[in-house]
Amino acid sequence: MSHLLDRLKFLKKKQGTFAEGHGDTVKEKRDWEDGYRQRWQHDKVVRSTHGVNCTGSCSWKIYVKNGLITWETQQTDYPRTRPDLPNHEPRGCPRGASYSWYIYSANRLKYPTIRKRLLKLWREARATMEPVAAWASIVENQDKAKSYKSVRGQGGFVRSSWDEVNEIIAAANTYTIKQYGPDRVIGFSPIPAMSMVSYAAGARYLSLIGGACLSFYDWYCDLPPASPMTWGEQTDVPESADWYNSNYIIAWGSNVPQTRTPDAHFFTEVRYKGTKTVAVTPDYSEVAKLCDQWMNPKQGTDAALAMAMGHVILKEFHVDKPSEYFTDYCRRYTDMPNLVQLERREDGSYVAGRFIRAADFDANLGQDNNPDWKTVAFDEISNGFVVPNGSIGFRWGEQGKWNIEQKEGGASAETRLKLSLIDDHDELASVGLPYFGGVENEYFSSNVFKDVIHHNLPAKKVKLADGSESLVVTVFDLMLANYGVNRGLGGDFVANSYDDNAPYTPAWQEKITGVDRKVVIQIAREFADTAHKTKGRSMIIVGAGMNHWYHMDMNYRGLINLLVMCGCIGQTGGGWAHYVGQEKLRPQCGWLPLAFGLDWQRPPRHMNGTSFFYNHSSQWRYEKLNVDEILSPLADKSKYTGSLIDFNVRSERMGWLPSAPQLGANPLELTKAAAAAGKTPQEYCVEQLKSGKLGFAAEDPDNPQNFPRNMFIWRSNLLGSSGKGHEYMLKYLLGTNHGVLGKDLGEDGGRKPEEVKWHDQGAEGKVDLLVTLDFRMSTTCLYSDIVLPTATWYEKDDLNTSDMHPFIHPLSAATDPAWEARSDWDIYKGIAKKFSEVCVGHLGVEQDLVTVPLLHDTAGELAQPYDVKDWKKGECDPVPGKTMPNLALVERDYPNTYARFTSVGPLLEKLGNGGKGINWETSAEVDLLKKLNWTHTEEGAAEGRAKLETAIDAAEMILALAPETNGQVAVKAWQELGKATGLDHTHLAKPKEEEKIRFRDVQAQPRKIISSPTWSGLEDEHVSYNAGYTNVHELIPWRTLTGRQQFYQDHEWMRDFGEALLVYRPPINTKSVKPIMDAKPNGNPEIALNWITPHQKWGIHSTYSDNLIMLTLSRGGPIIWLSEVDAQKAGIEDNDWVEVFNTNGALAARAVVSQRVNEGMTLMYHAQERIVNVPGAETTGTRGGIHNSVTRACPKPTHMIGGYAQQAYGFNYYGTVGSNRDEFVVVRKMKNIDWLDGEGNDYVQEAAK
Amino acid sequence: MSYLNDLLFGVYPYIAGAIFLIASWIRYDREQFTWRASSSQMLHSKGFRRASNLFHVGVLVIFFGHLVGLLTPHALYAPFMSAGTKQVIAIIVGGAAGVACWIGALLLLKRRLGEPRVRATSTKADIFILVLLFVQVSLGLLTIPFALGHLDGGVMIQLAHWAQGLVTLQADAASHLTGIGLVYKLHIFVGLTMFVVFPFTRMVHIWSVPVKYFTRNYQLVRTR
Repeated sequence: MSHLLDRLKFLKKKQGTFAEGHGDTVKEKRDWEDGYRQRWQHDKVVRSTHGVNCTGSCSWKIYVKNGLITWETQQTDYPRTRPDLPNHEPRGCPRGASYSWYIYSANRLKYPTIRKRLLKLWREARATMEPVAAWASIVENQDKAKSYKSVRGQGGFVRSSWDEVNEIIAAANTYTIKQYGPDRVIGFSPIPAMSMVSYAAGARYLSLIGGACLSFYDWYCDLPPASPMTWGEQTDVPESADWYNSNYIIAWGSNVPQTRTPDAHFFTEVRYKGTKTVAVTPDYSEVAKLCDQWMNPKQGTDAALAMAMGHVILKEFHVDKPSEYFTDYCRRYTDMPNLVQLERREDGSYVAGRFIRAADFDANLGQDNNPDWKTVAFDEISNGFVVPNGSIGFRWGEQGKWNIEQKEGGASAETRLKLSLIDDHDELASVGLPYFGGVENEYFSSNVFKDVIHHNLPAKKVKLADGSESLVVTVFDLMLANYGVNRGLGGDFVANSYDDNAPYTPAWQEKITGVDRKVVIQIAREFADTAHKTKGRSMIIVGAGMNHWYHMDMNYRGLINLLVMCGCIGQTGGGWAHYVGQEKLRPQCGWLPLAFGLDWQRPPRHMNGTSFFYNHSSQWRYEKLNVDEILSPLADKSKYTGSLIDFNVRSERMGWLPSAPQLGANPLELTKAAAAAGKTPQEYCVEQLKSGKLGFAAEDPDNPQNFPRNMFIWRSNLLGSSGKGHEYMLKYLLGTNHGVLGKDLGEDGGRKPEEVKWHDQGAEGKVDLLVTLDFRMSTTCLYSDIVLPTATWYEKDDLNTSDMHPFIHPLSAATDPAWEARSDWDIYKGIAKKFSEVCVGHLGVEQDLVTVPLLHDTAGELAQPYDVKDWKKGECDPVPGKTMPNLALVERDYPNTYARFTSVGPLLEKLGNGGKGINWETSAEVDLLKKLNWTHTEEGAAEGRAKLETAIDAAEMILALAPETNGQVAVKAWQELGKATGLDHTHLAKPKEEEKIRFRDVQAQPRKIISSPTWSGLEDEHVSYNAGYTNVHELIPWRTLTGRQQFYQDHEWMRDFGEALLVYRPPINTKSVKPIMDAKPNGNPEIALNWITPHQKWGIHSTYSDNLIMLTLSRGGPIIWLSEVDAQKAGIEDNDWVEVFNTNGALAARAVVSQRVNEGMTLMYHAQERIVNVPGAETTGTRGGIHNSVTRACPKPTHMIGGYAQQAYGFNYYGTVGSNRDEFVVVRKMKNIDWLDGEGNDYVQEAAK
Repeated sequence: MSYLNDLLFGVYPYIAGAIFLIASWIRYDREQFTWRASSSQMLHSKGFRRASNLFHVGVLVIFFGHLVGLLTPHALYAPFMSAGTKQVIAIIVGGAAGVACWIGALLLLKRRLGEPRVRATSTKADIFILVLLFVQVSLGLLTIPFALGHLDGGVMIQLAHWAQGLVTLQADAASHLTGIGLVYKLHIFVGLTMFVVFPFTRMVHIWSVPVKYFTRNYQLVRTR
């Protein structure tokens, strides 16, 4: 009872002795042990995970004690794998294990908060006005608007209530929709797979009111455009367990142990089987230490290394001693046998043109359906030209022939496509290929040859339908020439050995990459030889780093080509393992209707993030890259005038890329004007566009009519992490303090855009209301007007999937959200409710005109088969869906937004469901949902519809509708695909037809998904998930022009920008260092370094970088890494404060001087929060900055291509990407360490020695 | 004056003693996890060992010196030594230990206030008790010059009578202190105060000094 009294009974304690008196038996209380016992006692354990886009998707046990979340440990109950494969668990890393720190930390957001100045204005206005008028009175008054916009990011938040903030948001949305148009309401939330219900909550609200959701995968620059180009697939990769099936792994720019921590064990385990591992990274990274061999090309030159490896492989395994496996694979599964037309140049030489099509031949070679879209090859058996099955023309307008059997479309005879015309050609043609290896860049080594290199190619004569003759060559022959493989046919700079310095030999790359040619030859041989012996079990694991260069497609196609030419794609243990983020939303088809309100109205408004931010944060006003710097020497430069923004505008106009805000007018008003004019909205709109009375919003982004007025950010730290051109965003979107140091095109006298109206004064503070949902006070929250506290990952119900493993598992509410926080689902539900009330009297049932680009996986991808034609220039007529975007009329019922939000709409029964070009009937699943979730009984729009009241209801909708989680749907989906391919695929899902995964099932244990045609891999008991598996083994075509994996990209822009075939291109010159270097001296030396921003060790993006536990493990604040040599040059010692700056802005960080880093580059782990230990930067006088303070987005025209088979737009599938690695910065030791807080901790740092 | 004298030296000692014992008991029973020495050696160890040892060895000698010196009845040692001799021994031993303790306390205080890591993890009570100890040792050392002025042991006897009067519950114990120098009174008052604050500070570790380890057997097992 009393510890003290017990202690006093010491006389009774001794009970006897043993061991000849050496030991005593004592009687003591054991209460003290309870302390240890209680330390780990808990009331319950709940399964959840971290929705942080780390690809881990690890199952965690969350412990709850006395109603509080106490800690988390790794779950170890994953379903077992096969007997010959290690299990997945334990999954998790120290970052995830520190997450519970956030929940009750000082950084947790507890209440709805709002910028004080805005709240004051609101309450004043609201005292006399109704909400919408009150909002108008604030934002239309310049002084009032400026008073709160100009202090964004500088504190000043006060607590408000949910009722009040919801009313402000609803009023702002209503006013914006009414006054400017629904497409002026923008939402940004990334990576649905990390918490798909939470994403869907906001996207559903926005889609119902007509707002535009921005894409993210491309904006993050994680989208590799090389993938859609080659495969017609956004990204599809093997699960990490498949590493264990590989016999040769190259980790190329992927720091597996550091950034794929929970999966790295497969990488280690497979080495025990004898698999060789090779690391390719410029710095001595963790993966370099882990592997058997390390190649370190200079950063940004990977394509040169890949080309030299390709040179070796093509020469040895395709020409000198052809591997039967490789040859057969390439014949069946690649475009190598496809024929390309040669275009004659004035000097008698040729350049490679487009793929020759059935339509080019007399009588379309017997193809009446889409002959423009059917590619042609030469058949060795019939000794004639054939139209092989599977090209994209077979996909639409007919059924049963879209497969890649070795047959000609419609015929039953087998074909054997000819790879090379070398032994059967009509003439040798001298074909010019662009060469960029000689392009000078001050910081990179060039290897100068002529900028056009001619090779003699075996060509066949073809008689065209118009009677003329043309020469054709195979892609295989083109490829060999392009890689510089000598076939004895002659040409420029033909290499006789690997030691010749001729384009693309191992000796050639040595000058550029610095890697020893012997190592290159060795690795290339081993890689190919392994693939040859094992039928494709060589793998390349690649991270996004290489994809962040401006010419990322060259790096990536370099790798992809190696894999395809060695037959590794679609084979177990082989392939392209690109891991960047959690983009694999496995139950995608079930999620799409929920997220974008497709059950109520179609189509939704989507916008590609990069073009949006480039345009609307005015980064284009500072564009320094001229198009002629990146054009092919073979292109007609007069066709490509203007600034990069012009190309984006043209692209939007031609229906290639989407736009948002869309048109230069309110779409709700447009439809009214059309009705008044007695025309259909489409007719009226086309007429107005043609006459020039109406333009696209992107053509005049500085016009107040075209501002993105309202913005929602949730599940994202846009301004603290992914926001390239951070300082431009602060200046132009937000209108607050910023650190932009450069001059715009007006001040600089640069080349101004042709398609975009130039205003000398760029508009600032375009966004009237920025609302951010988060659980912690992130950088983005700091810059927002309203911050809504959301549930953490341990306080909400949601779903999570990853590409690293095949399981679907939940986030679960271990406790209710702390303080006044709410789940994302509940937050948007609340906003929808308030909006439905506030909008009454302003918005009713409205007709909205939505512009939709020519979409991939729809018949629209066949819109523009040949040359590029711009209707605005009079080259063709504006025809919606053909030469310009589709114009879709959508009816919105604004007062019923809440009713629609909380119920499953009728379009699913009416129009079915689907994805990736497959559509199936789904009323049985909607009926199931009615039973599962029950139906609304109250009168109104939702009556009789299935309920979507809770996040779990929403999760059940996803799970019921998706083929991956509902076996019945999977079978239906395979059946539908079978109609197109003419083959039966249902055997892939039949064994699981009765399986239905429900939310409580995944809470009990993570569940393996069911194989579905949404994805190209299989999930079954015999193979691990591997991309392209069903293409190879089920003969389903890749969704490309040729239906095969494409080495050759024949779009006119691809050819004119020199990237029809793989080439090495040095990084671009961003010109952001010269104007600023030594312009603002502080007495310390300045050096220019390449700015490399890889993934963190002590965080996942910005998350955890403000977590005390992770800060304690690292240096506790922002750091950059420098080589010893560069540090010495700049007089910097380890732990010094340094400033990093260029014309885009500046940041302050401490220096880590390390042998890990190579000379010429500096490395900053991206997204270190600016809210912890960051002093002011000397050049800008503003606090710190983040890694994106010194970057600016710079889009690439080839990513704007659309309406062209695989090069057609898809949300997060294709489009401009936000590259950033070509950037250079000035690094300098700081002098004045100013904390900008007046607390007296400022000091002067010792001058550089 | 007499009332104050009685209050401070006749009543206060019992209040202090009661708080000392009862509060220690309550804390021991209710707040076991707070029963500790709160060592900060892990945070900063440079020079710590010297300072801590000087302080602890000094304070132990002083503690037992006071205990034995004040509570041993005069009659018990009179056959062996005079009061004067005892006082000289006390001054020499106590003075040496006092100086060691004073230096140790000063170093510890400097460390506690000056080392950022130690300072950041210190509670107010940690700093307070160290300051109090330092003041008390200083006061103790200040009594030496006075004691040197009257080496006959008279004052010492008075103090011993007071202390023995207290523990034997004599109502007039405080009267033994009339006429004693101010510095002694201050020293006594602070000393009593230390008993008051004792249970609320890290000093409780004194209760748990592991003397048992000197006698415990090699191996202990528990009965069921």
